[in-house]
Amino acid sequence: MCECCEKSDLSKLTPVFEAFAGDDHALISILQKAQEIYGYLPVDVLYAIAEKTGNSPAKVLGVATFYTQFRLKPVGKNLILLCKGTACHVNGADSIEKALVEELGVGDGETTDDGLFSIKTVACLGCCSLSPVMMINEDTYGSLTPAKAKDIVRKIREASK
Amino acid sequence: MKLVFGEGSCGIAAGARKVRAAVEKLNADNAVEIGITGCIGMCYLEPIVDVYDGGTLVKRLVKVQEKDAERIYKAVADAGRAGAPRPPTASVQQQDGAPLSELADLEISADDKEFLEKQTRIALRHCGLIDPEDIAAYEAVDGYKAIRKVLAMTPEDVIAEIKVSGLAGRGGAGFPTWFKWNAARNAKGEQKYLICNADEGDPGAFMDRAVIESDPHSLIEGMLIAAYAIGATKAFVYVRAEYPLAIVRLEKALAAAKKAGLLGENILGSHFSCDIRIKAGAGAFVCGEETALIESLEGNRGMPRLKPPFPAEKGYTQAPSNINNVETFANVAWIILNGGAAFAAMGTETSKGTKVFALTGKIKRGGLVEIPMGLTLRDVIFGIGGGIRDGGTFKAVQMGGPSGGCIPEHLLDTKIDYKALGATGAIMGSGGMVVMDSHTCMVNMARFFLDFTAKESCGKCVHCRIGTKRMHEILTRITEGKGKEGDVELLQELCNGIKAGALCGLGQTAPNPVLTTIRYFRDEYDAHIREARCPAHECAALKTYSIDPAKCKGCTMCAKKCPVGAITGAVKQPHAIDPAKCIKCGQCAATCKFGAVVIG
Repeated sequence: MCECCEKSDLSKLTPVFEAFAGDDHALISILQKAQEIYGYLPVDVLYAIAEKTGNSPAKVLGVATFYTQFRLKPVGKNLILLCKGTACHVNGADSIEKALVEELGVGDGETTDDGLFSIKTVACLGCCSLSPVMMINEDTYGSLTPAKAKDIVRKIREASK
Repeated sequence: MKLVFGEGSCGIAAGARKVRAAVEKLNADNAVEIGITGCIGMCYLEPIVDVYDGGTLVKRLVKVQEKDAERIYKAVADAGRAGAPRPPTASVQQQDGAPLSELADLEISADDKEFLEKQTRIALRHCGLIDPEDIAAYEAVDGYKAIRKVLAMTPEDVIAEIKVSGLAGRGGAGFPTWFKWNAARNAKGEQKYLICNADEGDPGAFMDRAVIESDPHSLIEGMLIAAYAIGATKAFVYVRAEYPLAIVRLEKALAAAKKAGLLGENILGSHFSCDIRIKAGAGAFVCGEETALIESLEGNRGMPRLKPPFPAEKGYTQAPSNINNVETFANVAWIILNGGAAFAAMGTETSKGTKVFALTGKIKRGGLVEIPMGLTLRDVIFGIGGGIRDGGTFKAVQMGGPSGGCIPEHLLDTKIDYKALGATGAIMGSGGMVVMDSHTCMVNMARFFLDFTAKESCGKCVHCRIGTKRMHEILTRITEGKGKEGDVELLQELCNGIKAGALCGLGQTAPNPVLTTIRYFRDEYDAHIREARCPAHECAALKTYSIDPAKCKGCTMCAKKCPVGAITGAVKQPHAIDPAKCIKCGQCAATCKFGAVVIG
């Protein structure tokens, strides 16, 4: 199915609209809640938000694409947030990214065909003393080497078989 | 006896919660009291567990792992049963024969203790010492006394006290705090707003996160005092979405403060009313700029506005607004309680008080460091941070993140002071201090920051939107050995254009990393451009790989690993790499057990 004919369950948005009723400045908060519900921001959800908040669809899409937190596509089961902050850069984050790309065959912002992993590089996770760092879902992995990063991903893949 | 776990984000990432869970499992009979605290700032030693006897810290255990849980629990429970150990004195070694001595190998070393002892903590005064989720813990250390004092003062007197202190904006610009407060106070408008900028976007800086996670009530109290001074009844904290723990702790703190009558209508029975709300950012570096932050608060793309009018006149919803950074607010209650003069007594002529730095990179002891202004960079990096790790040599320190610059070794005795740091081409910034050793390529460092600013440019101003992209392209080609004569001059021309043509701080300062690396490390640019050589051996495209025949044992491991078959040689005979085939992936060097692969 293509993006333009996605059919999301829009009734899930009702409590969100109720919570922010009367607040003209809540567009970002509404988008954040919508992403929590759907895992990403489907096109029909963006249209629904535009209509309900009285914004043009262009403005809603403009905001959704401005901020790095928002995703317009679903993500894999395991979201790898690879830190590329300054401390991680100095300690070799580029080599970690290369290793992950080698292991998974996808790059920044992409999802593996089996839907298991998505890679996203982020500016700073704030655990600079553990650099280089990545987060997979809720867990943080620090002091990475290319081999260690590959190993972690392999173990998760094995575990989910 | 009580065990207190350091559960800031760093501690949790290092495994603090796992250790606590393991101890709690053993502690079914509650022989040991268990608590949490925030971040003490010694990130390199996390997870940290403190052992308290009554109110006294008797042991600090570092780098604690899950496997240590059982013996820690046992020793502390035994010590509790045996009666309290002798109170500690200055020396670490003299700990007695009580059960706690079992844990000597986990105890913090005298060297590491210096990391804290050499600091002066005001903004971080409670971090890692109190339970951030308990308002009573904050009140026990004079918490919410300053707001009580302030409610008996006039707003003008509060602003005067802040003026005496010399407190300046800790977010980076260093603008006098009293001046902003005064402008907002004097601005005409029914409704005024107070905003806390907690959109800590500088990669490598995390002091604001630490303050919110470890001492949220000091932020709330600082904000209440500011709101009273400017006459604001509504306040926001704009927090980075990447800081989920900070948001959770701040939510809890706000709820507790509200319950205690410290927020809402008629605070503590006075005529002063103020509410504080959290707004989570959605990830945009430019939102650290105050007018972009206001746009974002209003639900728009975070694009800066033209100034003037300044936010003090027309800010959030065009109403008078005042924006300060987290660290700035964290100093306020202390200043009110101890007097502005006590704060101004620290620091230099032009920079008063203390500043927090996030010391990271190739440093031995990395973490949060709060020092009086006027210390030198050397004092911080070598005195407190212990110098370069892994026996490396210092090359430069990056200050101020993407808006700042790289300061070389010969300027290490520069004083930490807004003016002195500005003269180097770097800035005080929000306090990121990333240390680099001889393995860091300065051209690649500049490329790294331009990659960041090019991606984070909001796109409003042409010079910034297109100029940063062109600069990134030029820097990329230099690091790939495709640089041209005149590239450095072209970069300088672009830098000047962007500085002049950008509306906000992001664009105006984006050239700083390039300008400072050209100023202090021009030789590295020239080596890349003229000799296709990276002196730091960092730029992958410029590396050369060869095998030292004297060291090669002919084990064939490298030849097997090489993905392109560039390595040849017979078993037990020295091998060789064909540079024409080599793709410089580095697998051979990573595989060789004899150190025979030479990277040039």
